[in-house]
Amino acid sequence: MPLQRKDLLGTEELSAEEINLILDTAATFRDINNRRIKKVPTLRGKTIINLFFEASTRTRTSFEIAGKRLSADTINISASTSSVVKGETLIDTAQNLEAMAPDAIVIRHPSSGAPHQIAKYVKSAVINAGDGAHEHPTQALLDAFTIRRSKGKIAGLKIAIIGDVLHSRVARSNAYLLSKLGAEVIFAGPNTLLPHGFEKQFGGNVKFAPNVNEAIADADAVMMLRIQMERQSGGYFPSLKEYSIHYGLNMKRLALAKADAIVLHPGPVNRGVEIESDVADGSTSLILDQVANGVAVRMAVLYLLAGGE
Amino acid sequence: MDFKEKSTVMTAADMNRVMARMASQIVENNPDLSNILLVGIHRRGVPLAEKLAAKIKDMDNFDVATGTLDITLYRDDLSTVAEQPIVNSTQLPANITGKTIILVDDVLYTGRTVRAALDELIDFGRPHRVQLAVLIDRGWRELPIQADYIGKFVNTTENEIIKVMLPEFDEAEKVIVVEHP
Repeated sequence: MPLQRKDLLGTEELSAEEINLILDTAATFRDINNRRIKKVPTLRGKTIINLFFEASTRTRTSFEIAGKRLSADTINISASTSSVVKGETLIDTAQNLEAMAPDAIVIRHPSSGAPHQIAKYVKSAVINAGDGAHEHPTQALLDAFTIRRSKGKIAGLKIAIIGDVLHSRVARSNAYLLSKLGAEVIFAGPNTLLPHGFEKQFGGNVKFAPNVNEAIADADAVMMLRIQMERQSGGYFPSLKEYSIHYGLNMKRLALAKADAIVLHPGPVNRGVEIESDVADGSTSLILDQVANGVAVRMAVLYLLAGGE
Repeated sequence: MDFKEKSTVMTAADMNRVMARMASQIVENNPDLSNILLVGIHRRGVPLAEKLAAKIKDMDNFDVATGTLDITLYRDDLSTVAEQPIVNSTQLPANITGKTIILVDDVLYTGRTVRAALDELIDFGRPHRVQLAVLIDRGWRELPIQADYIGKFVNTTENEIIKVMLPEFDEAEKVIVVEHP
């Protein structure tokens, strides 16, 4: 079954079949990253524009490397150096880029729905690389890929996602994706940072635990979310120190999870806040695997969307 | 898709005999068996390469190295196909430099698959030699490529399709000519 869609805007609209196709394709691409020549000619002559309206190192670099390893030409545009600062609208920016005939536009934007808006105006494939607090589909795909590679499956696993769920597009995309693949997703964090409408929205496979320890208990994977310093104007918790004590992942807390539980974090890590250094750098941490897998997953998405007519 | 079966080109017994002959030709041409690598092209070249390795083992009691190659990412028609094909995995030893590589596929037709396979191999290293073994050569080449070991040459028209049926993928083991009805 091929991926029959123009854009990848979120995991909400993906079927379990489509998700598995992307993950299976990514498995092949992961091997390419270990080859002597880490490049295949698959997207030769294709152009990919990375349009980033928010700061990013990991995601932007990952998309750029993914495109280059497929032999596409990749161009990076960041909002601070673009005509956006001269007052150009989002649609105008998109249509001007479209006029230069790219095959895919990868976009990150602080406003939820910005990629969806652009997708309506351009013929190229639009890939959402994070829109506000809404979705970050390739991050969820690489998380699932990392869990599947380590555990051999997703269905039936208990996956704890801890922290600032309210502002987290990673949490949303993972809730859709992991529950579609049959995992049990348990959220926990400060009550002020938990959107309780989630349980209704996602149905039975997504739950909230009353505290972090209960969420982590017997988990197969623990995913820590970043405290988003740039979105903390609301006074959601008293201090970083207190956050770390009540919600941070340390060795003692991790011991509550299954013995072979893995630790994930979408990065960038606030060491000593949501995760202690000995956990982040420990043997159960797959944080750097996630980064390596991110390139493979994005290659798969670019191949499936930007290849062909 | 429905096909009309026109004729049988090879039975399972024919295939077995032909594979034994090809294996013996490979051994004859490559006295140093430790340096050869049989590489099956996905999908049907993969079991055929294994079969050739088994025949060589029968004859010379030597385990020849094998590998697999998926040429999807090197195809020359990717930008024109509507649906992106499924990608299979390529499994080659870390270093193929200096090896004699024998590419194995079921049918040699336009030669485009072999062109893609050669490009992919070169990205893995610099083999000493590359040879080509195919069960069926059906003509209609579009590139200057020919096989070193051929099971059988079959005269075909452009509308005909050669189906190599293997127990790994199909319900029967035989080679037939089919045509769109």
